[in-house]
Amino acid sequence: MSANTSFLEVRGLTRRFGGLTAVNNVDLDLAEGEFLSIIGPNGAGKTTLFNLMTGHDDPDGGTVTFMGRDITRLSPERLAALGIARTFQHGRVFANLSVMDNVLVGAHVRFKAVRPAWPFPLNLLGPVAEVALALIRPPSVVAEEQRMREEALKILSRFGDRLLPRLDNPTYSLSYANRRRVEIGRALALGPKLLLLDEPTAGMNQTETAEMQALIGDLKKSGLTILLIEHKLDMVMQLSDRVVVMDNGTVIANGKPAEVRNDPAVIEAYLGHRRADRPEASVPEAAQ
Amino acid sequence: MSSWIDYTINGIIIGNIYALLAVGLALIFGVSRLINFAHGSVYVVGAYAGFVAVTQLGTPLPLTIVIVVAVGALLGLGIERFGLRPLQGYAHIAPLLATIGLSFVLDQLVQLTFSPDPRALPSELLERRFQVGSGTIGALDILIAAVGIGSAALLYYFLRFTRLGWAIRATAQDRDAAQQMGVDVNAVNRAVFAIASALGAVSGLLVGMYYNYIDPAMSFQATLKGVVAQVVGGVGNVPGAIAGSMLLGIVESYGIALFGTSYRNLFAFILLVLVLVLRPNGLFASRRQTPPEPMTGTFIAPSKPIQISYPVLIGIAVVMALLPLVLPNPYVLQTLTNAWLYGLLGLSLTLIAGTVGLISLGHAALLAIGGYASALLSLDLGMPVGASILLAGVIAAAIGTILVFPSFRLRGHYFSIATLAIGEIVSLVILNWESVTRGPIGVAGIPPLSIFGFELDTDRSIYWFALAVLVILAALQFRLLGSHLGRTLRAMRDDDIAARSYGIGLDRYKALAFSVGSFAAGVSGGITSHLYSYINHETFNSQLSILALTIVILGGMGNVTGAILGSVLLVGLPEVFRVAAEYRVLIYGLVLLLLVRFRPQGLLGTI
Ligand SMILES: Nc1ncnc2c1ncn2[C@@H]1O[C@H](COP(=O)(O)OP(=O)(O)OP(=O)(O)O)[C@@H](O)[C@H]1O
Ligand SMILES: [Mg+2]
Repeated sequence: MSANTSFLEVRGLTRRFGGLTAVNNVDLDLAEGEFLSIIGPNGAGKTTLFNLMTGHDDPDGGTVTFMGRDITRLSPERLAALGIARTFQHGRVFANLSVMDNVLVGAHVRFKAVRPAWPFPLNLLGPVAEVALALIRPPSVVAEEQRMREEALKILSRFGDRLLPRLDNPTYSLSYANRRRVEIGRALALGPKLLLLDEPTAGMNQTETAEMQALIGDLKKSGLTILLIEHKLDMVMQLSDRVVVMDNGTVIANGKPAEVRNDPAVIEAYLGHRRADRPEASVPEAAQ
Repeated sequence: MSSWIDYTINGIIIGNIYALLAVGLALIFGVSRLINFAHGSVYVVGAYAGFVAVTQLGTPLPLTIVIVVAVGALLGLGIERFGLRPLQGYAHIAPLLATIGLSFVLDQLVQLTFSPDPRALPSELLERRFQVGSGTIGALDILIAAVGIGSAALLYYFLRFTRLGWAIRATAQDRDAAQQMGVDVNAVNRAVFAIASALGAVSGLLVGMYYNYIDPAMSFQATLKGVVAQVVGGVGNVPGAIAGSMLLGIVESYGIALFGTSYRNLFAFILLVLVLVLRPNGLFASRRQTPPEPMTGTFIAPSKPIQISYPVLIGIAVVMALLPLVLPNPYVLQTLTNAWLYGLLGLSLTLIAGTVGLISLGHAALLAIGGYASALLSLDLGMPVGASILLAGVIAAAIGTILVFPSFRLRGHYFSIATLAIGEIVSLVILNWESVTRGPIGVAGIPPLSIFGFELDTDRSIYWFALAVLVILAALQFRLLGSHLGRTLRAMRDDDIAARSYGIGLDRYKALAFSVGSFAAGVSGGITSHLYSYINHETFNSQLSILALTIVILGGMGNVTGAILGSVLLVGLPEVFRVAAEYRVLIYGLVLLLLVRFRPQGLLGTI
């Protein structure tokens, strides 16, 4: 492996739920700026893999290394501070917060003026200082808030006029697709070095999916390193530099989109797991 | 040595009584995921039904038990009908709050019917004792053990071998799947509530006979003990509940032997908090398990809050400030002063329960800490009163946050139960720590309110002082909510998992909010102690915690203006109409029940 492939390095990652091994000895490498998609039938363990990489679940074995640093079992909040942002398969916007506030929360780790970085004994007073700064609001705090709001607006304008007219609406009042957009906006506000997207277009219609694909394509062009879980294979094939296929917790194929698409093991996995209720998840075109 | 046998037997007997309560709670939790806070009321009603049967009708024991079972079962059906069934699809915590409301109503009705005075529940079995080895055992002990074991056997048979029992177990395992398999989940709920409540009522009867003593105030303690036993054994786990009850009975009994009666409840609640924090699935659970769906305990109904602009709010504050000049009626001023002090408590709880979503059921403990701190600082250390109140706020914030910190990792109901227990612990520590708190005697002769050496000795000046403190703290809370902290705290409440993903350390922000909130409550308690000039461990009791929650839900969770409005309505109005104290509690219970059901977003809306 060359040096730049070790941007993210997963080794032997395993997670068992009772008798079921949801993620089984998974290895994964991601280079900086790469776009890697993870596909696989329902229950393959994709989301569990994301959970393990983002600190939402603890592995039973294996390691995750990010930019040369062992991040296995670090808490989600630490990982956020390191620049890892994710979205959730089933959508987890802050329902009672406005669109703007959702995105600003995404930028939480970048607010420095309200959280002075003090050395050890003083840092215990950090929460007190944070309350005081929130109440007093010296110019540095006001300026930072202003700057973040402007950035949030810029991020939201990536979605055209989908979200801009609804800045102050609580997100529970938004359409499903808009809530997913908010979630991606929130992830971008973190200023991520690594972005993990779990089925960002689930439940979207064709136009919305196309829009989302264009947006993700833009993100890729901007040089962002992206891990994508997606069942819509057209999108996967067009966007990805590389595709990893999982089945029953293990990686069964790993390669360029064109290679993976014709891999017999992949076709077998998909046919073996065909599900009537998830048509878009059932069969890659090559298998048809 | 013989006394140890007695203590052990006593512990097992008490354990049997707790088991009758805890098994019911476990059954109910199993099928409906509800911790039934009205269970203690069933127990009290059972005791009083037995009392009426024995003293008025002169029924023999078997018939008395049948009557009590019937009354308990009927009451259980009623609780299911009003506390649970209408709230399906509401927030998980909604039925819990509804059963708290119901228990207030039921206890108060019992009290209004039978007076709050204790009654004797005579039993011919009481005097009979048999020699067992070097100890003795009473006939009543044997009866209690027989009822306990008999009900356990019946229940086992019923759950294992009858159709309905099978349906109950299926529902407890997977409600949705059971429903799809054609199980009538509502019928299951009704059956479970009837059975559980019958057991609870019998438990009340037996306790009444055992101590030859019943009073309406037993209700809350009974609920707590049942909950402790259940949590210790693993929530929703029927055999666990029995084991937990025995353990609790024996721990209490030995505790009494070693330290004296006044420590008994302290042990129970410390056991509860320890189990919650260290083994939240109960002592007997072994599986490491991530809950599939987070059981959030927040009670935030999405709503469009009614926006009241700052100029209008300032206008109202000015009008309120001028009020004593136009309406110098001392009664009105005292009533409103009281409302402002409850408003401070409301500010505190609306931040913690509303904005952060940590539903605290022990908030009165913060008042108690603040009240005692300010009283003792001024009385024993000679600190000037204004400064002592300020410091009381800081002390309440510090102690409150430290006590509750280990519970921050708990979710939903579990956090609420932990705060309830912590509240009780604080009150029991105050009772027992005589060298500092003067124990049961209370603190008398607390110096009157004064600031900068000026004594506030008129109704007017006290009114202005309380209003000023309220306005200042409310303004600060508005400013806090408008800062990055406002959205951070609310984000954490709406979805703690997503909040962590974006770098929000939950403990840090929960502690921060809890301290800020506790400060207001501590100040309120401090001022109150100087106004009353006498406080004891019951001045700030658990009813106050529930009143605070009702105030906050009435105003709208997280809503600063709402908290103040809620306290004016709930504290001020009954005063204006001169409603008698016992009816007030009834009203609070009803208001809580109705709010949860019909207007969870409160009057001004959740924020
Ligand atoms: N918390 C959990 N407890 C028990 N089993 C779990 C848990 N989370 C996931 N599983 C199981 O692990 C397996 C992998 O689930 P996972 O959600 O990772 O699949 P996935 O590949 O994301 O599927 P999908 O495409 O449907 O989203 C499934 O069989 C699932 O039931
Ligand atoms: Mg998934």
